[in-house]
Amino acid sequence: MTGNPVEAINLRRLFGDFIAVDNINLSVRQGEVFGFLGPNGAGKTTTVKMLCGLLLPSSGSATVAGFDIATQPDDVKRSIGYMSQKFSLYSDLTVSENIDFFGNIYGIANSRLTSRKREIIRLTGLEGRENTITSALSVGWKQRLALGCSVIHEPKILFLDEPTAGVDPDSRRMFWDLIYNLAQKGMTMFVTTHYMDEAENCTRLGFIYNGKMVASGTPLEIKRTRMKGTIIELDTDAPSEALGILRDMPVTNEVSFFGRLIHAVTMAAPEAVPRTVDSITLSLKQHGIPVNRITTIPPSLEDIFISLIQQEDSREPS
Amino acid sequence: MTSWQLFLLRVKAIARKEFIQLRRDPRMLFIAFMAPIIQLTLFGYAATLDVKSVPVVVCDMDQSMQSRAVLNAVTSSGYFDIESRVPSVRDVRRSIDDGDAMVGIVIPDGLERDINAGKKAHIQTIIDGSNAIYATMVRSYLERIITNRALDLSAVEMSRNGYKPYTPLDIQQRVWYNPTLKSRDFMVPGVFALVLMIISTVLTSMAIVKEKERGTIEQLIVTPIKPLELIAGKLLPFAIISLIDITLVTMVAVFWFRIPLHGSFALLFLLSALFMLTTLGLGLLISTVSRTQQQAMMISLLLIMPIILLSGVMSPIENMPIGVQYFTLLIPLRYFIVIVRSIFMKGSGMSILWPDALALAAFGIVLFLLSVSRFNKRIG
Repeated sequence: MTGNPVEAINLRRLFGDFIAVDNINLSVRQGEVFGFLGPNGAGKTTTVKMLCGLLLPSSGSATVAGFDIATQPDDVKRSIGYMSQKFSLYSDLTVSENIDFFGNIYGIANSRLTSRKREIIRLTGLEGRENTITSALSVGWKQRLALGCSVIHEPKILFLDEPTAGVDPDSRRMFWDLIYNLAQKGMTMFVTTHYMDEAENCTRLGFIYNGKMVASGTPLEIKRTRMKGTIIELDTDAPSEALGILRDMPVTNEVSFFGRLIHAVTMAAPEAVPRTVDSITLSLKQHGIPVNRITTIPPSLEDIFISLIQQEDSREPS
Repeated sequence: MTSWQLFLLRVKAIARKEFIQLRRDPRMLFIAFMAPIIQLTLFGYAATLDVKSVPVVVCDMDQSMQSRAVLNAVTSSGYFDIESRVPSVRDVRRSIDDGDAMVGIVIPDGLERDINAGKKAHIQTIIDGSNAIYATMVRSYLERIITNRALDLSAVEMSRNGYKPYTPLDIQQRVWYNPTLKSRDFMVPGVFALVLMIISTVLTSMAIVKEKERGTIEQLIVTPIKPLELIAGKLLPFAIISLIDITLVTMVAVFWFRIPLHGSFALLFLLSALFMLTTLGLGLLISTVSRTQQQAMMISLLLIMPIILLSGVMSPIENMPIGVQYFTLLIPLRYFIVIVRSIFMKGSGMSILWPDALALAAFGIVLFLLSVSRFNKRIG
């Protein structure tokens, strides 16, 4: 196979007048964990559906595993695995029966299925649960089984659509171990998520917003290149009042809550940042707002994400 | 692996999954195997049009030997039971209004006197006509009994006057295929056809819609499975269940209701299978327009009602307006009803049934292909 496992050029999809996906360019490299990020309704699912050969693009083109998604959807489907955010295995079948079923559907004859099933059970850690009815499994185990079923045919690329939505943190970590495990064996992972901590763990990222790709690259690249300005983190006991005051100050733009803390972005030159911090502290003190802690911090992906969305929103006149 | 081997592997996988799911779903299991038997049994008892033990209210103002003789003729026929005797015509009316009686017989004062005087005597009968079909039958039974009594009286009168009584016209009636005119022998084969249609249509549509409802279809359509493989795998179990149902329902008809099966069971089985092409197709079609199992159920009911009414199972097609009669030609059940009744009652074979079988095959293939192509588009 030559070229990247996923390659999209000017991929576009309309639903009536609505542009769900707007000229997206994408390339995912062999064996990497590609994180596809964006808020709900940004066009993530539509893009994934096109790449899986379920939806035709309105214009543009893409190849997945070297096959054209528009003209060779069957070859695409044979080469990929797909795991949806909604559990979509048969809950009234046992673990083993689900694996058998999807194995057969992917054309694995029973002679080979036995050994393949054993590998899947070992990979997902489902030993001893083979004869459990799937509905009796916890959410975390169900997701592992779903992943197991979607790689039964050893696909070159695995698409995971918000695989850990609603899963407890422990199970999420175990699940990501599984993802890395498969990636190390050379399987390319295409993961959509809105958990930022998960995004930090991806090899490379793509940010999609309003159907457009607004940033892409490794997490480090994105942090280095896409963050304009410096982030000042503020810890105060009166965050709401502080937020209002900071928003009125000319030295700060993009002021937002970050959990219980406040993040303010300043466009001041690096050498002028300490002075800005001082002026903020002073201003807050004048208003009688106690400052527990104020400091500059390296941007997190969430900061960048919010910043990119705000930039995008201010650019659109509509 | 050749594509044919792949096809078989996938169809088998889906069919096996379907059977496993059915085995674990007591509700579906009940619908598949118990419902047909219960339905046929209930309908078999309920759907009879036989005149039997019709409640009669009598107002006998004559209280004579002649009036008793008439009433005796009515009750001894076995079709009528005298429920009450009342003194006035008003009471007769109330009895029928209340639904206590279906027939009122009013014998005026002077019946015996008139008969003995050789004059024409009068008897009034009142029939509750709210069920027109039944009332018509009751009327003709009642008419026949009383007319026979009148003929007897006239015979007596003639011989008294020295004439040899004779009837100028003698009817030699023979009823073929159902000599005792038991309506059950006619209705049960009809219900047999209905039960098969309902079960196979509803089960098929539900089984496919269930995948949509639970979201499992999503995982299927990202696999390289072809729509035809999915359909074949889905329909195979329900075709097999329907064939088992045919056997069960035939057994109930023959061994429980003692409906004589004059024709060949093999032919009945074969043509039922042919009919099922249309019902499985219909079920598939319903599944493409419904999103939930409730919707599928509702649409099935909405379609099945008119199909039953227009199929001729309840009332003869010949009695429908001519436009409607033509329309019934589009209803596959119509042909199947003819086939089932003919095989059961007349013992007909292919030499007679081939036009109906041909129509059924044509409808089956067209409807089936139509639903498959529509299903393809929906899923692809």
